[in-house]
Amino acid sequence: MLIIGERINVITKAQRQAMLDRDKGPIQEMAINQVKNGAGMLDINIGPAEDKGDELMDWIVKTVQEVAHVPLCLDTTNPVAMEAGLKAHDNSWGRAMINSASGEEERLNMMMPLAGKYNSLIIGLTLNKQGIPALAEDRCAIAAEIMGKAVECGVPMEDIYLDPLIMPVPFSQEKSLESIRAIRMFKELNDPPMKTVVGLSNISNGAPKTLRPLLNRVYTALLMYEGLDSAIIDPLEREMIEVIKTVDILMGKTLYAHSYLEM
Amino acid sequence: MAFVVPKETYNGKVYEVEIGTGPRAVKIGGEATLPFLAFEGAVPNKPVIAYEIQDVPPEDWPQTIQEVYKDVSSDPAKWAKYCQDELGAQMIALRLIGTHPDRQNRSAEDAAKTVKDVLSAIDVPLIIMGSNNAEKDAQVLKSACDAASGKNCLIGKAQEANYKTVVASAMASGHKLIAMSDLDVNLAKQLNILITQMGFDKDKIVTDPMSSALGYGIEYTYSVMERIRSAALFQNDQTMAPPMVNDVGMYVWKVKETMAPEADQPAWGPVADRGIGWEATTAMGFLMAGSDLLIMRHPKAVETVRKMIDELV
Repeated sequence: MLIIGERINVITKAQRQAMLDRDKGPIQEMAINQVKNGAGMLDINIGPAEDKGDELMDWIVKTVQEVAHVPLCLDTTNPVAMEAGLKAHDNSWGRAMINSASGEEERLNMMMPLAGKYNSLIIGLTLNKQGIPALAEDRCAIAAEIMGKAVECGVPMEDIYLDPLIMPVPFSQEKSLESIRAIRMFKELNDPPMKTVVGLSNISNGAPKTLRPLLNRVYTALLMYEGLDSAIIDPLEREMIEVIKTVDILMGKTLYAHSYLEM
Repeated sequence: MAFVVPKETYNGKVYEVEIGTGPRAVKIGGEATLPFLAFEGAVPNKPVIAYEIQDVPPEDWPQTIQEVYKDVSSDPAKWAKYCQDELGAQMIALRLIGTHPDRQNRSAEDAAKTVKDVLSAIDVPLIIMGSNNAEKDAQVLKSACDAASGKNCLIGKAQEANYKTVVASAMASGHKLIAMSDLDVNLAKQLNILITQMGFDKDKIVTDPMSSALGYGIEYTYSVMERIRSAALFQNDQTMAPPMVNDVGMYVWKVKETMAPEADQPAWGPVADRGIGWEATTAMGFLMAGSDLLIMRHPKAVETVRKMIDELV
């Protein structure tokens, strides 16, 4: 499974400060560390970045790819910054991913054409103006709208990563099963099956700190069983990576060797 | 409607490994497709055949091949030069079989001298192999590596029992490495992981899945090779991405079919033809499974296999 490292994020204090100061050190260090621990792609979350977002995105994409030879998942709601990132992205390590479009008309109309123009991958969040539908069937309906827009913009189905959206188990326990069901149903929307992605850690939001890693790990295993293709997670959480590698082994996606955890 | 050839897509590619120095250095591997399917992916290098020679006269080889080399085989340097100049070898594989404790038990110093002599006689790349005695190979290959320092040779074979010393020697003198495990895809992966954990680059390894002769377990080698290659190409498993080598001659030229005289087996036909055919056919099987490098003995078998490669690539 593709691991998308989540640690370069405007929400954390050290990374935000480095972004503001245009200080390469902490950002590059975090990039290298995540790749070393199994990330195949890095999420670059600069937030809404209303002030000079394009300049920041251009700088950070180049800064990260200078040391980390992986593709990036560009995470911002600012379309101007998104385009700057796509322009700056070095595709020799793989194509960039847009994080994200959704069923909201305005956002879909802004982001999907960029995926067509820059031949990039794109995440489609299955929510719309009314929020996240309770039923997997209704999330599939939104997925279909996203897929329709992709056809219009010349984006192939295999470049879309559908995200069923994960709800915190402490607040809406019944939803955790529904998101698993949505993964299974997304896969059936196309042949070859649609690709899928989740922002995993939301499952444990609001749970005690000691429980969160366990909830995250077990939920990941369940989603992977249904065919989850990628997840935005913290690659520095060693036990999570171990679970992912082990599920990949048990599902025959990687070849077993006694030292499989070390690769 | 026009016919469209269905094409498979691949996620990974085999590492390209360069052996030797100067204008006659040779690259193997690098393919991004299954064997001979160049319409589905790049095949930058044709499979290469190395001529096998050894440090002592080949008294245990069947008459069919002893005969070919009888004028040169008492001197490894002459023998190597003969293969290069007269037979057009792209690569030479020197087996230090005489160092085996049950054979002549030659010393590591003797082996080093042989390596130096051979290297000074040829300019094609050299593969240096021990006698497959894990304990003795650890010393012999260390001396051989030192003697060949800077020549970018392919050293073998690192196995589970001795990989630490062999890897350290190859790394210290800048050589490439053959990693061999016993006909098991998971052990092959494990050995590659252990070797890279010592700091040896994974794109300097050549995998030996352990060969076998036609009629004597070739299907086991074949299926291990298939699984190694599909892990590299479909699962993009970088621990399984080294090119593969097959040590063909040593397995073929000891089976009954390559040795039994026609007088004993009249229905089988002339022994020489049989042996050559057996070696060529075994090698062709390995090519179909994804072999990048073949170590062979008889010039006529080599010629046949090379023709096949030229026609298919």
